[in-house]
Amino acid sequence: MKVSLNVNGKSAELDVADPSTPLLYVLRNDLGLHGPRFGCGLGQCGACMVHVDGEPTFSCLLPVTAVADRKITTLEGLLVDGKPGKLQQAFIDEEAAQCGYCISGMVMQAQALLNRNAHPTDDEIRSHMAPNLCRCGTHVAIMRAIKRAAA
Amino acid sequence: MTLQFKPSRRDVFKGGGSLVVAFAFAPAALAQGAVQGAAQGPAAGAKPVALDQVDSFLSIDDKGQVTLYSGKVDLGTGIRIGLQQIVAEELDVPLASVTSVEGDTALTPDQGPTYGSQTIQNAGMQIRQAAATAKGALLAQAAQHLGVDKADLTVAAGVVTARSGGGRVTYAELIGGKMFSLNLDEAAVPKNPADYTIVGKATPRRDIPEKLTGRFTFMHDVRVPGMLHGSVIRPPTLGATLQSVDEASIKDIPGVVKVVHEGDFLGVVTETEWAAVRAAREIKATWSKTEPLPEQAKLWQHVRTTKVVKDDVTSNIGDSAAAMAVAGKQLKATYDFAIHTHGSIGPSCSVSEFKDGKLTNWSASQATHNLRKQLALMLSLPLEDVRCIYVDGAGCYGRNGHEDAAADSALLAQAVGKPVRVQWSRADEHGWDPKGPPTLIDLRANIDASGNVTAWESEFFIPQGAGGNVDLLTATLSGKPADNLLSPGGITNDSAIPYKFPNIKTVCHRLETTPLRPSWIRTPGRMQNTFANESFLDEIVAALGADPIAFRLKHIDPADSRGRALLERLKQVAAWETRTAPRKQGTGTTLKGRGVSYVKYELVRTYVGIVADVEVDSAMGDVRVKKVYVVHDCGQIINPSGVRAQIEGNVVQTVSRVMKEEVLFDRGMVTSLDWATYPILRFPELPELVIDLIDRPTEKPWGAGEPSAAVVPAAISNAIFDATGARLRSVPFKRDKVKAAMQLI
Repeated sequence: MKVSLNVNGKSAELDVADPSTPLLYVLRNDLGLHGPRFGCGLGQCGACMVHVDGEPTFSCLLPVTAVADRKITTLEGLLVDGKPGKLQQAFIDEEAAQCGYCISGMVMQAQALLNRNAHPTDDEIRSHMAPNLCRCGTHVAIMRAIKRAAA
Repeated sequence: MTLQFKPSRRDVFKGGGSLVVAFAFAPAALAQGAVQGAAQGPAAGAKPVALDQVDSFLSIDDKGQVTLYSGKVDLGTGIRIGLQQIVAEELDVPLASVTSVEGDTALTPDQGPTYGSQTIQNAGMQIRQAAATAKGALLAQAAQHLGVDKADLTVAAGVVTARSGGGRVTYAELIGGKMFSLNLDEAAVPKNPADYTIVGKATPRRDIPEKLTGRFTFMHDVRVPGMLHGSVIRPPTLGATLQSVDEASIKDIPGVVKVVHEGDFLGVVTETEWAAVRAAREIKATWSKTEPLPEQAKLWQHVRTTKVVKDDVTSNIGDSAAAMAVAGKQLKATYDFAIHTHGSIGPSCSVSEFKDGKLTNWSASQATHNLRKQLALMLSLPLEDVRCIYVDGAGCYGRNGHEDAAADSALLAQAVGKPVRVQWSRADEHGWDPKGPPTLIDLRANIDASGNVTAWESEFFIPQGAGGNVDLLTATLSGKPADNLLSPGGITNDSAIPYKFPNIKTVCHRLETTPLRPSWIRTPGRMQNTFANESFLDEIVAALGADPIAFRLKHIDPADSRGRALLERLKQVAAWETRTAPRKQGTGTTLKGRGVSYVKYELVRTYVGIVADVEVDSAMGDVRVKKVYVVHDCGQIINPSGVRAQIEGNVVQTVSRVMKEEVLFDRGMVTSLDWATYPILRFPELPELVIDLIDRPTEKPWGAGEPSAAVVPAAISNAIFDATGARLRSVPFKRDKVKAAMQLI
């Protein structure tokens, strides 16, 4: 079936063979985006996180047909003129990635916090970031990065 | 010395390579180096890979760009930039001119699996020697070229000049596009560390900006033209046999290409990734019923009664049995450490392609050279017909499912005659990656009337086997050839202790089997063994009414000045207050404590001392690790920011393992198949970290990473003791265990 999507400010018309296909698979395989990642398919880890109309959302669970014409933003959508946005740059400056598999989801989750609270406390950051898992133990550096961006 | 650099055969293959891999963001991906070999590399045989050849490790092109061919791979730990720093330093070229090709069996030497925090200290030193050899040869050639004495030459940024004047020549002019054709010279003298300008400086990794912008190509992003998708359906219980498959049960899923079953291997190949996910979920198959596992509640009884196939005595000093028989204050304790899973955030993924009967496999394996041999064995292919190429994946922390997914994709690709990408599900990864085996440890000590420890005895109940290869699940299930080995890693390490007591005996009882397929997971054995040793030492310290750091200082080898310096430094960094009994500080039901732990890793390398501060809710039994102080001596530090990141990661991951993690199973199969049933640390549980690095530029560089994980469990257990007087001897330290331990006081 035909699905029209709005991803990172651009419209795309896609032919999806199976309407139950989650958004994640369309972003990765049809649009070739490397930001959102498959982690669990269960909404438990946050590796697939994108913004849907500004809200952090697990794209692994969401059928693509449910988000037609809604505004989808991925890690790539946070670039400004092709360069890292402020939060992305803060992660780069703090070297807040090890294997980096979780990091797109981390950035998307943190950006949603900063969008509504420009100067969160440590406890607010920890609480807000709770849905996102990192196995490398990069949390300490991620905290530094978010605080740097919020400074 | 006259050297003739041979023309490179690379030109022959330029543009002629049969390997074309399409990446969605190819230009940026190529900058990473790791996938450069996959996309551009010459065909097999175009360059040597033998460990005694300079060309196996290094090439310099006609623009002066240096390529490092590394058998060790960057698993997200930052070793890529560290190895590049070593090369740039030794050759005197700009760091920016060095890129890497990693873990491509056709292009890179077999430097062993990337494990054990061995990359810098072992592979890095091979690479340093290759670079020192190369530089010596280049200077000899330059001396001839410029007509001056070699001793008169100096190099900066790849340009050789004579101090006395009289011209210059670049590496590119001397060697560009040609081979060194040199044996690695063990006598080549590396640079004096006093002259270092690159090694020892905090240096940012090049992959991180790409990972933050979505331009990085992970294994999971690799796409090959004509590629199909595959998924695997595992038996519902271990050892169950496949009795029937209802292929019609998935006929309504769009894009199913083929159902593949061979023995007890069942897989589906589809046109789209989502179809593969659906097919694996929806296909109907019947399996035999099996109950091969012990009851989880009786796991430790099972381990204790498992047949012992041999005893490894890892230390035997004096006569511990006689010393234990003397009347004195006898201490005995049993420690156990749960089964853990690697828990990669990205489930294993691999792509395989057959062309003209030859297999190319892309995976995030930490051991592509071993994987190559395993795939050849499984598929009865000549070794030269298999090429394995590393592409960065999600962190694996040991031998997880990458190799099994590689084998899955190879089998499916062979079955359909097209390239196949296999993406494991979360349940595949949690259920079927090999596990860190359960570890049971008995300890005994005797203390005489004067307060001297006269005997230390320990017995470790751990599976047989070592590093080597973990059998491929695909081979086992399909009934194809496999090594049939148990390979839990080098888990006898750190069973012996770094303390001087007159009578010591440490024995590892090697068990015939262990409930789940074992492998190494970060700090294998060393973590479990150090947990028991350093916690039991704390029990002795408490029995003696001594201070934990003072006791360690008194009993480590008096000649071990680095160990002493580390412990003294730890006292300062953590502002350690001498104490001789649990202090049970705090107010109301919130008790505070701090514990210490120390390791000289494997008794021969990296020193780590750690102090952990905890808070215990004495009513609920909940423990929070609040702050961790780490002092770390790995000798010469190559990249301080890399070492810090590794320590942070290892400490945080180990806090997670110790506080939360335990693989659950019933009589048939693992039941902790997701993050709800196998929870790991989340942000609200994150401790604060203080890291102090002792740099010793003139010493050998040792591994960083795993050693700092080894000390975490005991420091937390000892901190809980300081807070409550209760001993936690069983990982993980969950609420019920804490409450039970407190009731024993």
